[in-house]
Amino acid sequence: MDTSRKNTDILIELNEIYFRYRERPVLNGLSFCFCEGERVGLIGPNGSGKTTLFHIIMGLLKPDAGELKIFGQPRRKEKDFTEVRRRIGFVFQDPDDQLFSPTVAEDIAFGPLNLGIPREEVLGIVSRTLDMLGLKGFENRVTHKLSGGEKRLVSVATVLAMNPNILLLDEPTAGLDEKTVARLSKILKNLDTSYIIASHDKEFLQKVTNKLYKLQGGKLVMVDS
Amino acid sequence: MISEHLSEGTSYLHDFDPRLKIIVALIYSVTVALLTNFTLLFASLVFSLVLVTWGRLSIATVLKRLLVINGFVFFLWLVLPFSYEGKTLFEVGPLAATQPGVYQALRITLKSNAIILCLMALLSTSPTFMLVHALHHLKVPSKLVHLFFFTYRYIHVIYTEFTRLHTAMKVRSFTPSTNIHTYKSYAYLVGMLLVRSYERSKRIYQSMLCRGFNGKFHTLYHFESKPQELVSAAIMTVFVLLIAIGQWIPLGKILTF
Repeated sequence: MDTSRKNTDILIELNEIYFRYRERPVLNGLSFCFCEGERVGLIGPNGSGKTTLFHIIMGLLKPDAGELKIFGQPRRKEKDFTEVRRRIGFVFQDPDDQLFSPTVAEDIAFGPLNLGIPREEVLGIVSRTLDMLGLKGFENRVTHKLSGGEKRLVSVATVLAMNPNILLLDEPTAGLDEKTVARLSKILKNLDTSYIIASHDKEFLQKVTNKLYKLQGGKLVMVDS
Repeated sequence: MISEHLSEGTSYLHDFDPRLKIIVALIYSVTVALLTNFTLLFASLVFSLVLVTWGRLSIATVLKRLLVINGFVFFLWLVLPFSYEGKTLFEVGPLAATQPGVYQALRITLKSNAIILCLMALLSTSPTFMLVHALHHLKVPSKLVHLFFFTYRYIHVIYTEFTRLHTAMKVRSFTPSTNIHTYKSYAYLVGMLLVRSYERSKRIYQSMLCRGFNGKFHTLYHFESKPQELVSAAIMTVFVLLIAIGQWIPLGKILTF
């Protein structure tokens, strides 16, 4: 671990995390440190625990053992994760899990409204976020009638609208064609948010991240890229 | 699947405040369902037809939907005329069709068609999610509104999942017939759909939690009723009142036949 870094810019710190799914160990004493401004790629085969790791960071799963420190605070109970969920945006693997509102605008507004932002301001956030992703005029499109690529981009928008400090993306290129993947990499490169991307598309990860880890045997191993 | 063709048109009724439409549709349906007087029933049918014309609905779609309803009504005609005592109108074998029986079947036919036509004109002209919002603004318990909405939203996803699984079965040469293998395979299909829906509902809930959901839904848009719409809604309500008076206030006796 980089010792020159001070505690202040460490955003996520995982210490000796263990997690087993039924009898199968998924995370086996995993430690991980994520700092402000980093763009990290997680590579690993199916079932290696990439999604599990994200779920643990978001507090959707509780580790069997180990310590979580996010934004400088230890996180254990459900209540500790309210702040985490407000400041870390998680883009799910399947956009159909994320987009549940009838229209694009309402889905993007869901997060900001939950944060208590006034309605008038939310409308501005919605159109700015759509603009940023090149989805101008999508406000009143019906979410379940969008194409796969559009769904993916909108689900990224729903999370970006909450203006998170960190973005977690779970297999963002799954099922996308080359053109949409290129569009997504361009969007990610232009963001000034730190992010972690889990994928098994090494080529894509090398394009959009500057640090690559491999999840192997329930632990993270740095990969030279 | 759920089609929303009728909501895609343009007419005065399409732009109408969905809250008012829901209220009018509700009181109208309840009143018509309770009518017994034939003059009033015919008047209601005419009223509904006027609404349908007003909403400029596609005649083909309207007829198709009416066909479904009248499919059920058809079975009533097979039974009802022979189930009442009274003056015999005609006989089929040992069965006698009576006047009260035929009247009752006719009443149900008129009622159901009048109500369905009105619902098509008033409710189908708004997209489902607008109705959901309207219900929300009308202070319908939010659990019910969410139940309705999520069913609508995910039935499409579940249907896609069903087609995917079904296609996967077909490409492996599955041909349904009457044997245990077919029943078993279909049971697996349904079971798999249930499991997947359950898993999906869990993931949706998680994704909502991750976006700061704390049990309360906020709505982004508000509705506004234009004064003109209030007037139109009032006129429709007056019609409902008139038929109610005609039915239940004794002065309407002149109308009865």
